Amino acid sequence: MQDDALARLRRSLARIERADWQEDTAPFSLGLPDIDDFIGGGLPHGALHEVFPESAADCGAGIGFALALALRANGKAGRPLLWVRQDMAAQEQGELHAAGLAEFGADPSAFLLVRARDAVQALRAADEALRCNALGAVVIEVWGEARALDLTASRRLARGAARAGCCVLLVRSGAAPAPSAAMSRWRVRASPSRLLAAEAPGRPAFDIGLLRHRAGYPPRRWRVEWDRDELVFRPPALSGAVAALPADRPAAPAAAEDRRRAG
Amino acid sequence: MDQAARGLGLMPGLTLADARARVPELWIEDDDPQADSRLHARLAQWCDCYTPLVGADGGDGLLLDITGCAHLFGGEAGLRADITARLYAFGFHARSALAGTPEAARALARFSQGGIVPEGGEAEAVRPLPVVALGIESDPVRALARAGLKKIADLADRPRAPLAARFGVDLLDRLEGVLGEKIHPISPRRPLVEKQVEQLFPEPIGRTEDMLAALQDLAGRLTVLMEQDGEGGRLFEASFFRADGKVRRIAVSTARPLRDPSLVARLFSERIESLTDPLDPGFGFDSIRLAALVRQARPATQAGLDGREAAGEKLAELVEHLAARLGEERIVRFEPQGSHIPERTACLRRAQASPSEESIWARSAAGEPPLQPLRLFDPPQPVDALAEVPDGAPMRFRWRRVTYEVAAAEGPERIAPEWWRREERPLTRDYFRVEDRDGRRFWLYREGLFGDEAQHPRWFLHGLFA
Repeated sequence: MQDDALARLRRSLARIERADWQEDTAPFSLGLPDIDDFIGGGLPHGALHEVFPESAADCGAGIGFALALALRANGKAGRPLLWVRQDMAAQEQGELHAAGLAEFGADPSAFLLVRARDAVQALRAADEALRCNALGAVVIEVWGEARALDLTASRRLARGAARAGCCVLLVRSGAAPAPSAAMSRWRVRASPSRLLAAEAPGRPAFDIGLLRHRAGYPPRRWRVEWDRDELVFRPPALSGAVAALPADRPAAPAAAEDRRRAG
Repeated sequence: MDQAARGLGLMPGLTLADARARVPELWIEDDDPQADSRLHARLAQWCDCYTPLVGADGGDGLLLDITGCAHLFGGEAGLRADITARLYAFGFHARSALAGTPEAARALARFSQGGIVPEGGEAEAVRPLPVVALGIESDPVRALARAGLKKIADLADRPRAPLAARFGVDLLDRLEGVLGEKIHPISPRRPLVEKQVEQLFPEPIGRTEDMLAALQDLAGRLTVLMEQDGEGGRLFEASFFRADGKVRRIAVSTARPLRDPSLVARLFSERIESLTDPLDPGFGFDSIRLAALVRQARPATQAGLDGREAAGEKLAELVEHLAARLGEERIVRFEPQGSHIPERTACLRRAQASPSEESIWARSAAGEPPLQPLRLFDPPQPVDALAEVPDGAPMRFRWRRVTYEVAAAEGPERIAPEWWRREERPLTRDYFRVEDRDGRRFWLYREGLFGDEAQHPRWFLHGLFA
C-alpha cells in the first residue's frame, strides 16, 4: 500500500518537474516491449542517461550497453555520433576499436572520437558538442570518481541535452552512483550469453538494472541480448546455455557437426 | 665584438689566456650555439615589423628586403636609424648598410662602417673592400690572394670570362651581385603570405578583450580579401608583436575553407583561452597581424532546402571548435586500413583532415555474434593462461591479479604476421573468443605456434567484448 502511494507521489512530482525537459519528441524505444512498457514507451531523446558498470571487469558490458542505447537513439537517421573518452579510460579499458564497432552494428565512419585529457576536458568537449544539433548521440566516458562531475555539471549536461534534443549517455566506470540530474540511471553487468554450437560465446548479453528514473518508475532488473543485425534488444534465451536436444537424432552428434563455421 | 671590446684589444679568435692577460676582469660565458640561434631567430621575427621579407645571413646577420617599405619609416635613412636605435635599446650594437643588392649591403655592413649607398653607387662603394667580402669560401679567397687579387677593385676591372674559368662561376655570380649588376632575391625565413592584414596600435594593448576585438576586425578585413578571389582559409595565423620585440604566433586550422569573421575570431578566442603557455602581453602589443597561410577555393553557396549541407557545415564547425579548444590531435575519426592485424585494421585520423570518399568496414555474416571486441588494448596486456597444448583454448587466465575461469571459448582464429613488414620476429597469433563464468567476454591470443615458433608461447589479452 505504502509503496503504491510513494510511486503515485513520485509520478505526480515528475509531472511537475516535466517543464525541465522537452516532451515534444517521441522517446526512443529499446525494442523490447517488456522494458519499453515499463518505462513509458522508451527513453526521452533530449536527456542525460547514466550507465554504471557494476565492477571494473564489467566495463566492456557497460560500454556495449551505452553504445547500444546510442544506436537506438540515433535510429535510422545515420547522424554522426560523438564519443568523448578520458585518456585514463583508454589506458584502463582499451581504446575504442573500429572493427569492433562495425561488428556491433555501428558504422565506424560515423564516429567522432574525442580523446580528452581528464574529466574537465571531457565535460567541456561535451558542452561544446551540445551546442551543435547535428549529432545523433553523445557518449561520455569518465573514469573513476571525478570531482568535476558534480551535480552542477550534470545539470549543465542535462540542460544541454534538452536544448540540443540530443541523447547524452554518461558511462561512469569505477564510480558509485551519486545524486545527479540524469533522466535515468542504469547499472550494467555482463551476463552469460546463449552459447552457439561447439560452446562458442554468443550474442552480447547484459544484466541491466534501472536504478532511478525521474518519472518515478521503481527499480527493476532485466536480462537482455543485443541483436546487432536489427539493432534491437532481444529477450534472453530461456534457460542459460542449454541447446534443445534434437528429437530425430542422437543427443551427442558426430564431431564434424559440432563445428561452427568461423567468419 | 663591439667597439668597446675592440678598444680593449680583444678580437675574435683570441685564446682565452691572451684575452685574460689583456683584460683581467673579463667575464666568461660558455658558448651556447642554441641560445645564440634562438636569439637570432627572435631578432629576425622582430624585424617582421619592418618588412615581411626577412632572411638570415649566417648566425649573426639579417637581410631585410625593404623594397616599398622605407617610406613608412620616413625614408631609408629614417628606417636605418630606427632599426639601429631600437636594437641599441634592446642592448645590441648593430652595423647596417643599405644597398641595391643584398650582397652589396652585406659586404658593406660586414667589412666597412656601413651606410646607405645611393642608387647605382654599389660598384664604387665596394671597390676598397677585401675579396672576403664577396662571401665566398676560404679556399678561393686564398687562391685569389695568391694571384695577387686582394680587393674587389682588383676583380672588378678584369675581364670576367677568365675569372670564371679559373675561380668558378660562383665567384662571378657573387661579384656581379656585390657590384650591383645582378639582383639575387633573398630567401625569406618565412614564406611570403599573400593574404594578410595588420593593425598597428598607437598605444600598446594588453587586455585580452581588446586583442580579440582587434582580431575580429582583422578577420573582417581578411575575409573581404579572400572573398574577392572566391577563397576560404584553412589555416590562419595571428602574430602578436610585443612592444619589447618578442613575437608570439598562434595558428588555428579549420575543417573547411572558412571566411566568416566571427567564426575565425571565435576560434582564436578559444585557442587563446586554452593555451597551456598563456599569451603574455608584457608591456602590451603594439601590432597584431592576421594571415591566411593556407587557402582553398570556396565558391559562394546557397543553403539547400533539405538542410543536409547545413548539418555537414554544423559538424565541421563543431570539429573546428573542439580542435581549437582541446588541440587538433585530440579529435579524431576512424579510417580503414587494409590490414588484418587487429591493431592495424583502422587508423585514427585528425577529424580536421578531409575525410576519404567511401570507407568500407568488414562485418561478419548476419546472425553471427560480434567477432571483434569493442575495446582494444594497445599494447596487448600480458596474462597468465592455462591452456591445453599445442593449440587448445585457455581454460583459466589471470589478468590484473584476478583469475577468470573460462566457461566457453571459440578458436583459434589464426592471424599470420605480415611478413613483408620489417619486424623483429613476427609471430603467428591464435585468437580465442572466451567467456568467463560471469558472462564477461574477452579476446585472448597466444603469440607463436607451440614448439614451432616458441617454446613457451606467451598469452595476451587484446580486447574486451560487450
